[in-house]
Amino acid sequence: MIITEKKAMEEIQEMIAPYGKLFIVGCGTCSTSCQTGGEDEVKEMTEKLGDRVAGWAMVEEPCDLRINRRDLKAYKKQIAESDAILVMACGAGVQTVGIYSDKIVLPALNTLFIGETERLGKFHDMCRTCGDCILDETGGICPLTRCAKGLLNGPCGGQVEGMCEVGDYENECAWVQIYDRLKEQDRLDLFTAFRPPRDFSKKTLKMHRYF
Amino acid sequence: MADKRPAYSQLVKDIRAGKFVLTGELEPEKVTGIEEILVSARAMKPYVIAANVTDNPLAYAYMNSLVPSWKVQEEVGLETVYQMTVRDRNRLALTSDVLAAAYLGIRNILAISGDHTVLGDNKGAASVYDLDSAQFVYLLHRMIDEGVDVAGNEIHGKVGINVGIAGNPNADPLMPEVLKIGRKTKLGADFIQTQTMFDIDKTKEFLKEVEKYKCPTLIGVFPLKSYGIADFFDRFIPGVSVPQELLASMKKAKEEPDKAKRSQLYDEVNLEFFRPFIKEIHKTTSAAGIHVMAVLYERIFEPLLEAF
Repeated sequence: MIITEKKAMEEIQEMIAPYGKLFIVGCGTCSTSCQTGGEDEVKEMTEKLGDRVAGWAMVEEPCDLRINRRDLKAYKKQIAESDAILVMACGAGVQTVGIYSDKIVLPALNTLFIGETERLGKFHDMCRTCGDCILDETGGICPLTRCAKGLLNGPCGGQVEGMCEVGDYENECAWVQIYDRLKEQDRLDLFTAFRPPRDFSKKTLKMHRYF
Repeated sequence: MADKRPAYSQLVKDIRAGKFVLTGELEPEKVTGIEEILVSARAMKPYVIAANVTDNPLAYAYMNSLVPSWKVQEEVGLETVYQMTVRDRNRLALTSDVLAAAYLGIRNILAISGDHTVLGDNKGAASVYDLDSAQFVYLLHRMIDEGVDVAGNEIHGKVGINVGIAGNPNADPLMPEVLKIGRKTKLGADFIQTQTMFDIDKTKEFLKEVEKYKCPTLIGVFPLKSYGIADFFDRFIPGVSVPQELLASMKKAKEEPDKAKRSQLYDEVNLEFFRPFIKEIHKTTSAAGIHVMAVLYERIFEPLLEAF
């Protein structure tokens, strides 16, 4: 799931200040699960913004252009009369709503990561969408995401009792976790193997070509 | 691989000749002059074979380490170990700096990850880590032994540099650290310099574990110039704690109001702790030498190292 957090209301107020009427779009998928852009949060936002709100709608998946067309069809008039759309979805959702509507779009959320949900409100950063997955070599634990330095041949000298120097030793060192997992699985040969430099062009060159 | 690489530096020549080698450390800071570095280098020159020049330690933005590494060799005649982190440079910048180092006559590079930028004095900076330190050792192997950059493009000219890596005997758990060192030695490391050690048993355990990689190891020691430094070190350096007894002796020395007497007391505390520590390493382990991180505490070199 795409994990998002709400921006502070002061930041949103500052962002919307130059615009008059606003239309608000919520997300029926990830942001609903994160409780950052579901129907409840959209209603709360409309209450906070009062008269400025020209209307609001839930889009099942704001990141899908086809679903924007389907779910926003009935709101064309309200959207046209708005100066901007405040989108309570991830960055992909904000941009897709912009493409669909051709309006000024404003993000109400910060997009954090692709993550695991442990329980409501507790998420773990799991994937950097690097475009070159090596989880088969690292015991199913992503060092690119879960090591603060993104090292492919860790650990570095900054782990203390298996905890990472980044963030006051509150996060586990991904490379110690990888070591433990591979040892458990009797696959330490994968740990000692050298992983050569990444080819970053793989992702850069296909970035805009995937549909 | 390491055995096949020639000894380009005096440091590696001495190590391979079986000498117990001593290295020092110089730290450029947020300055536009290097006179202080040259003074320190001159002061330590009689006691060490080479001096490391640090590269933005603890992710503090300081003068780059290449220019002082070169100047110290030129003006003081002390060989340097040019420290390079992969935190601040991508593979292009690493390659550029290694080429420049080769031109300037640098003979040793210590290839390290570098502390994360969030620990430093520009916390908002991006950490690069295009390569990690193992991949940097691989890049150096390509440049030094194969005459190409990491992508395989030909270099015009020779890069004659020996490669050092860092090790952390304080690591807990130790085995991931040991296996990581093994990975790097296979890629072409000529020597290891360790994080600061205060614990002789941990030092011995580490040396025993890495012995199989046959990579000469210099054990790091950090004489404590003042109680303030000792306390800072104990609290802020990842994975290092100063023994409580040593810290208490330093604290007691701090109470002496007379500056000259206080310095003398600090020296005595350090010599009492580190002399037997170094002696024990020299006599009873396979360590290749000692890396003395006594930045701006050069007066300790003579009494500490004259016996070695």
